[in-house]
Amino acid sequence: MTAFLVVLVIILFGVAVWQMGKIFQLSKGQQKDDSEVANDKDNNVNGWLMLGFVIFIYVLSIVCFWKWGDVMLPEASSEHGVDIDQLWLISMILIFVVGIVTQWLLHYFAFKYRGRKGQRAVFFADNDKLEFIWTIIPVIVLAGLIIYGLFTWTEIMDINEDDDPLVVELYAYQFDWRARYAGKDNTLGEANVRLIEGANQLGVDISDPNSPDDIIVNELHLPVGRKVLFKMRSQDVLHSAYMPHFRAQMNCVPGMITQFAFTPTKTTVEMRESDEIIQKVAHINEIRKENSIALLAKGEEALEPYTFDYMLLCNKICGNTHYNMQMKIIVESEEEYEAWIAEQATLAETLKQ
Amino acid sequence: MSAHAHDLAVDHHDDHGHHHKETFITKYIFSQDHKMISKQYLITGLFMGIIGIAMSLLFRMQLAWPDKEFTIYEVLLGKWGEGGVMDPSVYLALVTIHGTIMVFFVLTAGLSGTFSNLLIPLQIGARDMASGFLNMISYWLFFLSSVIMVISLFVEAGPASAGWTIYPPLSALPQAIPGSGAGMTLWLVSMAIFIASSLLGSLNYIVTVLNLRTKGMSMTRLPLTIWAFFITAIIGVVSFPVLLSAALLLIMDRSFGTSFFLSDIYIAGEVLHNQGGSPVLFEHLFWFLGHPEVYIVLLPALGITSEIIATNSRKPIFGYRAMVASILAIAFLSTIVWGHHMFISGMNPFLGSVFTFTTLLIAIPSAVKAFNYITTLWKGNLQMNPAMLFSIGLVSTFITGGLTGILLGDSALDINVHDTYFVVAHFHLVMGISALYGLFAGVYHWFPKMFEGRMMNKNLGYIHFWITAIGAYGVFFPMHFIGMAGLPRRYYTNTEFPYFDDLTDVNVVITIFAFVAAAAQVIFLYNFISSMFFGKKGPKNPWNSNTLEWTAEVKHIHGNWDGPIPHVYRWAYDYSKLNKDETDYVIPGQDFAPQTEPLQDGEEEMNH
Repeated sequence: MTAFLVVLVIILFGVAVWQMGKIFQLSKGQQKDDSEVANDKDNNVNGWLMLGFVIFIYVLSIVCFWKWGDVMLPEASSEHGVDIDQLWLISMILIFVVGIVTQWLLHYFAFKYRGRKGQRAVFFADNDKLEFIWTIIPVIVLAGLIIYGLFTWTEIMDINEDDDPLVVELYAYQFDWRARYAGKDNTLGEANVRLIEGANQLGVDISDPNSPDDIIVNELHLPVGRKVLFKMRSQDVLHSAYMPHFRAQMNCVPGMITQFAFTPTKTTVEMRESDEIIQKVAHINEIRKENSIALLAKGEEALEPYTFDYMLLCNKICGNTHYNMQMKIIVESEEEYEAWIAEQATLAETLKQ
Repeated sequence: MSAHAHDLAVDHHDDHGHHHKETFITKYIFSQDHKMISKQYLITGLFMGIIGIAMSLLFRMQLAWPDKEFTIYEVLLGKWGEGGVMDPSVYLALVTIHGTIMVFFVLTAGLSGTFSNLLIPLQIGARDMASGFLNMISYWLFFLSSVIMVISLFVEAGPASAGWTIYPPLSALPQAIPGSGAGMTLWLVSMAIFIASSLLGSLNYIVTVLNLRTKGMSMTRLPLTIWAFFITAIIGVVSFPVLLSAALLLIMDRSFGTSFFLSDIYIAGEVLHNQGGSPVLFEHLFWFLGHPEVYIVLLPALGITSEIIATNSRKPIFGYRAMVASILAIAFLSTIVWGHHMFISGMNPFLGSVFTFTTLLIAIPSAVKAFNYITTLWKGNLQMNPAMLFSIGLVSTFITGGLTGILLGDSALDINVHDTYFVVAHFHLVMGISALYGLFAGVYHWFPKMFEGRMMNKNLGYIHFWITAIGAYGVFFPMHFIGMAGLPRRYYTNTEFPYFDDLTDVNVVITIFAFVAAAAQVIFLYNFISSMFFGKKGPKNPWNSNTLEWTAEVKHIHGNWDGPIPHVYRWAYDYSKLNKDETDYVIPGQDFAPQTEPLQDGEEEMNH
C-alpha cells in the first residue's frame, strides 16, 4: 500500500511538473522558426554521409564474403543440385551487378545533388523512352531467368519411376525421423497412422503383400549414383525434410504423401576428403576446442571432435524440440549399401519378435 | 464526381459553425476526428512496436549466446526463463508474437492506419473521412485486438507459438505445442477483431478517396500517397476476408471437431478422429492474404516515400503515371503470387511453375519504381531532412531485399533456401525495414501536421537515421550467409549440430548490430515524446510542399479548413517548374507551386 502511495505521489508530481512546463511554454508565446528544417550545412554533411554509406555497404559485403564465405554449403552432392548451384550462381552475379550499380546511383545522386542555396533543380517529370528502356530490360532479363528456372524446376520435379529409383519413405514425427525402405520388391506397403499399434510404429498395413519386406531404420543409407525416390509422410504436424547438401527439400504433410527424388553423387567418404569439407571441419574443430577449454574449466565434459556427415533436418516449425530433429545420412558405394541393408531386419521380422 | 463531393463538403462546413462543445472523452478518446484517430493509431502502433522489437532482442540474445545465462530472461519471461536459461517453448512464442505484432500491429495498423487517416482527408481536401463513426470503431477494434494480443502473452501455457503463419496442425493441437491452447485461441480472436478493424478502415478510405475529393482534384492529380493508400485499402478488402475465413475454419477445427485442415493424425499416443482435411488448404488461404499483406505493408511506405522524395528533391516525382501504373500492377500481381510461399508444400509442381512466373513478373513494376526514385534524385536540390534520409534508406533496402527476392521467387532455387535464414534476411529488408523506414519518414515529415506545428528535432533525427541504417544492414546482410549455410529458421539453438558451429560468430555480430539499431529507436522515442510537448513550432508549410495538407489550419479544428475547402488547379508535383521564358519559377522566387495555385498566364499544365 505504501509503495502504491509513493508511486502515486511520484506520478502526480510528474504530472504537476509537466503541466507547469506547459504553462511556462504558453506564457512565453509562440516563436516560429525553421531551425528544424535542413539547412545547407545539414545537406552537405548528410550528402557526404550518403556517399560514405554506399561505401559502407560495399565494405560490409566484402567483409562478409571474406570472413564468412566459408560457412556456405559446399558444392552440391546430387545430380540436380549442380544445376541449382549453376542457376544460383548466375542469378547471384546478376543481382550483385544490379545491386552494386543501383545502390551507387542512388547514394551518389544523393551526394552529388545535395541541396545548396540557389541551386536550381531540373524540372524533369517524365521521359517515355527512359521508362520504356528500364521496363523492357527487366522484362528481358527476367524472361531469361524465368525460362531457365522453369526448365530446371520441371526437371527436378518430374518424378517418375521409369529409371527404377530406390524407393524410400521418410516418416516424420515429433521429434524424429524414420526411414522405410521398400525392400526387395521396391514397393512400399500401404500405411496409415490409424494402424499404429505396438511395434508397428509407422502404421504399416501388414495385410498388404508389399509390406513384410519393408525395412524401417533410423539412419538413412543411400547408394551413390542411384536415383532415390523419397515418399514423405508425417504422423502429427507439418515437418519438412531438408537435406541441404543435396539441394533437396519437401514438406511432410499429415494426410498426404509428398515426394522428391534425387541422385546422390558423392559418398560420405569422398565428401570428408574434399578440400572444402576438410577446411570447414578443421575450422569447426578449432572452435570446438576453444569452447571445450571453457567447458573443462567449469568441470564439464569437453566437446567431441566433429567429423562430417550428411544430415536430414526438420525445416518446418513443428514444436518445442524442432531445433533438434535430425537424422544422419550416409552415402556409400552400392556394395556397402547392399551389405548394410541385408543386415537390417524386415518389418515381418520386427513384428514377429 | 468531385463537384458533387464539393457540394457535400460545403454542406458539412455550414453546420460546422455550431458544433458541440468537446469534452476530454470526445476529443481524446472516442474521437471521430481523423487527425486524432491517426495519432491514436500511431501511438498504439509504436507501443506495440516497442514490445515487438524488445522480443526480437531477447531471441537474438538466445541465438548469439545459447549457452550463457541471462538474468534478464528470468525477469521478463518468469517461469520460462528460470535460472537465466530461455525455455525452447518461449523462444518459439517470442518469434511468433514478434512476427504477428510487427506485421499486423505495427506495419499494417501503425503505418497504413496512421497515415491513411491523417493524409487522405487532408490531401484530397476533405473535412474528414466519409464516416467518422466507422473510423472511430475501426480504431477501437484495433485497440481491442492489441489488448487481447498483449493479454495472450500472460496465458499460463504460453502465447501462440506456432510461428506467425500458424500452420495447422501445430496451431490446432494443444498436444503438439503448449502455445496452441488458450494462447492460440486468444491469437485467433485478436486477429479476427483486427481484420474487422482493418476492413472498416479500408472501406472508409476507399469511399473517402472516391467521393470526397475537392473540386479540381481529379484522380490523376492525386498525390502518390493517396494512390498508395487507396490501392492498399482495396488489396486489404480483397484479401483480409480470406484470412478471416481461414481463422474461423481453424477455430472450428480447434474447438468444434471439424476437419478442414486436419487428417490422419496420431499424436500423444492416440489417433485423432479428423479425416479428409488438408493443412495445404490452410497454407493457400493464409498466403492468399499473407502475400498481399506484404504489399499492404509496403505500398503505403512507398507512397509516403514518393511524396517525401519529390518534395525534398524539389523536383516532380519522375514518371507519375508509371508510378501509379506500377502500384496498380503490383496490387494486381500481389493477389496471384501467394503460391511462392508454398513451392515445397506438396502442392502440384505445375502450380509452382505458374507462381514462379507471376512472382518474377512482380519484379518489373518494382524495378520501375526503384529506377523512378533514383531518377527523381538526379539533378535535384536535395534537402536532407530526416524524412528524406529515411526515404532514400527505404529505396536502398527495397532494392537490396527485392533483389534477393529474384532468387527466392525462382522455385528451383527456393528448394534449398526455403525456410532458412536467407528468407528471414530477405523479407526483413524488403518489407520489414523498408516499411519501418516509410513509417519513420512519415512521422518526421508529417509530425508538424499531427502536433499542431511542432517539429521533431532534426539532429536527433539524423543520429536516429544513421545508426538505424548501419544497424539494419549490419543485422540483415550477414544473415543471408547463415541462410546460405543451410541453417533453418525458428531453431531455438543450432548448437545441436556441430556442422553449424562456425555460425556462432555471425550470430554474435548480428545480435550486436541489433542492439545498436534498437538503441537508436530509443533516441527516436525520446525525440518523438519530447517534441510532442516541447518541439519548436515551425512555419505552416515547413517543407515547402505542394500538397493540400499544408494549407489546412495548423491548429487542429474539426473540418480541417477554417474557411471554405481549397480548390485544386494542378497536380502535386510542380516543384522547380519554370515559367515560359525560363527566367524564373512559375511563381517568381518560389520553387514550388502548391496545388491550390491557379495556372499562371501562359503556363501549360503538366500532361503527366
